Amino acid sequence: MSTQIPKQTEESSETEAETDVASKGDERRTEKRRRAAEEQARRQAEEAEKAAADEDTIELKVFRYDPEVEGKQEPRFDTFHVPFTKGMTVLDALMYSRDSYDSSLTFRHSCRQAVCGSDAMFVNGGQKLACKTQIADLEEPIRVEPLPHAEVEKDLVVDMEHFYDQMEAVEPYFQTNEYPDDELAEQRQTRENREKVKMSTRCIWCGACMSSCNIAAGDNEYLGPAAINKAYRFAMDEREGEDIKQKRLEIIEQEHGVWRCQTQFSCTEVCPKDIPLTEHIQELKREAVKNNLKFW
Amino acid sequence: MHEHDVIVVGAGGAGLRAAIAAQEAGADVAIVSKLHPVRSHTGAAEGGINAALRDADSWQDHAYDTMKGSDYLGDAPAVEALCQESPEEVIQLEHWGMPFSREEDGRVSQRPFGGLSFPRTTYAGAETGHQMLHTMYEQVVKRGVTVYDEWHVMDLAVTDEDDPADRTCHGVVAYDIQSGEVSGFRADNGVILATGGMGQVFDHTTNAVANTGDGVAMAYRAGVPMEDMEFIQFHPTTLPSTGVLISEGVRGEGGILYNENGERFMFEHGYANNDGELASRDVVSRAELTEVNEGRGIEDEYVHLDMRHLGEERILDRLENILHLAEDFEGADGLTEPMPVKPGQHYAMGGIETNEHGETAIDGLYAAGECACASVHGANRLGGNALPELIVFGKRAGRHAAGEDMGEAKVTTGKEGEWEPAEYEFEIEVGETGGQGPAAADGGAVASDAESVLGVAVERAKDRVDALLSRKGRNHAEIRSQVQETMTANVNVFREEGRLEETLGDLREAREAYKDVAVSDPSRTFNTDLIHTMETRNILDIAEALTMGALAREEFRGAHWRKEHQERKDENWLKHTFVTWNDGEPELWYKPTILEGEDKTYEPKSRSY
Repeated sequence: MSTQIPKQTEESSETEAETDVASKGDERRTEKRRRAAEEQARRQAEEAEKAAADEDTIELKVFRYDPEVEGKQEPRFDTFHVPFTKGMTVLDALMYSRDSYDSSLTFRHSCRQAVCGSDAMFVNGGQKLACKTQIADLEEPIRVEPLPHAEVEKDLVVDMEHFYDQMEAVEPYFQTNEYPDDELAEQRQTRENREKVKMSTRCIWCGACMSSCNIAAGDNEYLGPAAINKAYRFAMDEREGEDIKQKRLEIIEQEHGVWRCQTQFSCTEVCPKDIPLTEHIQELKREAVKNNLKFW
Repeated sequence: MHEHDVIVVGAGGAGLRAAIAAQEAGADVAIVSKLHPVRSHTGAAEGGINAALRDADSWQDHAYDTMKGSDYLGDAPAVEALCQESPEEVIQLEHWGMPFSREEDGRVSQRPFGGLSFPRTTYAGAETGHQMLHTMYEQVVKRGVTVYDEWHVMDLAVTDEDDPADRTCHGVVAYDIQSGEVSGFRADNGVILATGGMGQVFDHTTNAVANTGDGVAMAYRAGVPMEDMEFIQFHPTTLPSTGVLISEGVRGEGGILYNENGERFMFEHGYANNDGELASRDVVSRAELTEVNEGRGIEDEYVHLDMRHLGEERILDRLENILHLAEDFEGADGLTEPMPVKPGQHYAMGGIETNEHGETAIDGLYAAGECACASVHGANRLGGNALPELIVFGKRAGRHAAGEDMGEAKVTTGKEGEWEPAEYEFEIEVGETGGQGPAAADGGAVASDAESVLGVAVERAKDRVDALLSRKGRNHAEIRSQVQETMTANVNVFREEGRLEETLGDLREAREAYKDVAVSDPSRTFNTDLIHTMETRNILDIAEALTMGALAREEFRGAHWRKEHQERKDENWLKHTFVTWNDGEPELWYKPTILEGEDKTYEPKSRSY
């Protein structure tokens, strides 16, 4: 299985410890959890039967895991049958499943238009934004899993902290020593230079690239495509100036930086914003070499 | 318990700008947000930021356009603050590296937008909000501002004096979505609400799923007046199947609207003989729906927005994001065919009543951005005026909360000065439906010190979570969709008395149903069922206040159109609507609009485009 599962033993011993000192509310909740698990299983069996009889439905197999709910501590796949409507996306199908069948089905989502970057997941074996992936383009049954190479918190939700840490490791903010004299004057930038950095500024921090990268999977300290792209966005911005570019190249040239990339292009292939990530990494490698030659 | 000088709730444009300003003023500031900052819906803003940057333009012209656009329901001191400070704030973003679109000479580009007398909308392609949000988050990272992300703020910790004006806000209570922990966040200097829009009150909206008006609802329940809630902007160009926004920038660059007969109806049917497609948003939305209602819509639902004649080069340069959105969410290729569009809920002009410093009627509580009402947009917001509001008023609220002296405000809060009760008699009962309900009413404890107020608020929040998790009852999703359906059917672009009354009845039923709501997911880990259930309560409170305001306002002004009242009635209605919660009984009242600016009075004129 491509998803890493947190250790089971620890989890269950904690649950037991809790029960010892359980208040009435806790007991009620535990009882409710058991009932909920039973009821859900029954409901799903009924719905599956009903929906399977209907032709215009799609079949969704969704990864389920919850560290504290009985029946979900062992990861499993639940099947949902969703009535198909024209233009339906994977996110639409998940929302339908949640609102109609099982309100505990958990996934991040917000904008529904591929800009908030919340709903990257593993759909039929590829990293996709659920809101931007048309059901009609997929083979059934559609298999929906959390992003590989990240710790699963629950169902389709993964821990993003490591991704954020890498993004923040590259000093991801504009720096310059050359502001115009007049406070209200702009720092001029040529159209060509804006065009140069444009694609790199489109990153929505969804984490699809990092999840697809074999190197990142094997080297937890590797900055990863998104963070290197963020560094690219600033290193290539002519308004930052040479001395700051120098500093940026040092950051991306570190041991777990650009030189780890083996140009497999998996990040570029999965990027939902079509950012040429691998090219950006290659260009930074060239910049770093040029820069080092300067001092020879 | 966490403690900071200033707590900012929400991490979109207004929240981030407020946090940066408070920190620059020396405060220890923390952001608490149910989403990670880069997930905020500011990122979906497309068109641009209005700022009078050039010699041929002036803040006075921007203010004039904004007052006219507001249909004279904006408060001039707030409008003038917006227009005076927007240029320096835009340059500030530029100095933080925001990748604006550029002119040949390297300066920031500007384009025409609806209702503007000068092309003053600065932009970054058709993804201005995304670039603005990320630029400000970069600054938050640089400054090391503490961010508690994926913490859902449930309620404010406010004292419980009878008169809201005597109450003080000492912090917030939040639920950690990841762990299920309920915790107090004490704010020694102030709490700034920056929770954004409330589009989820409707079912066809450009807003995110997270835009449930949480800040507005919690301030309302604590006793802060909601202002001008009936004024909802329906954006004329949203994709019919999803509500995804197609920027006004398309029309700004020259895009044309056609009906089923291929007529350029904005001109040919006389909706806006001068400005055509670039008339104010309320005007264009009504025109489109009139075309559809009179049988000239396509598939009886939408109209066409055509940008093909702009040419591939220009489209790719300035509107590339639109091509992706139309393709991905409607299957339309904007380069080779017109795009289907119809009006959709987009923006709330009203919200938490504030003055021009972001202060609310409750001491220590501020609001900024879409959740607030200063008021700069009045009865209709101009395109390109939302983003400057975030940065201008986010900064103002942040500075004031951090203790900077900003002089006396000209806009009042609460029942200060002239106010009058509403005479309207509602046929349907409104407000809390007997008993405490799952969410307690206003206020916190009658306690003198901050610690105890927070303590009581935290205990109450824990009880509420426990109750929702342990009892049996109905799922919130059905209630939420009933509210969204009735609001979209009846409190939309066109409004009439009978159907508004009917809506109040539907909302009453929804409130009754909500009394039995329960969460079926028993987990403490990432329980989105619980979060959505609490949000639905917020949606209910807002939907009701909005509909009350819409029923009582018997005139046609800006975005508020009434079948029985087809004209703007300045004699009676140059005034803001307020709804106060009053321990569960909504009270409706009014205060006059402030039309006196710094050195001129904005005399109401007839509004034609």
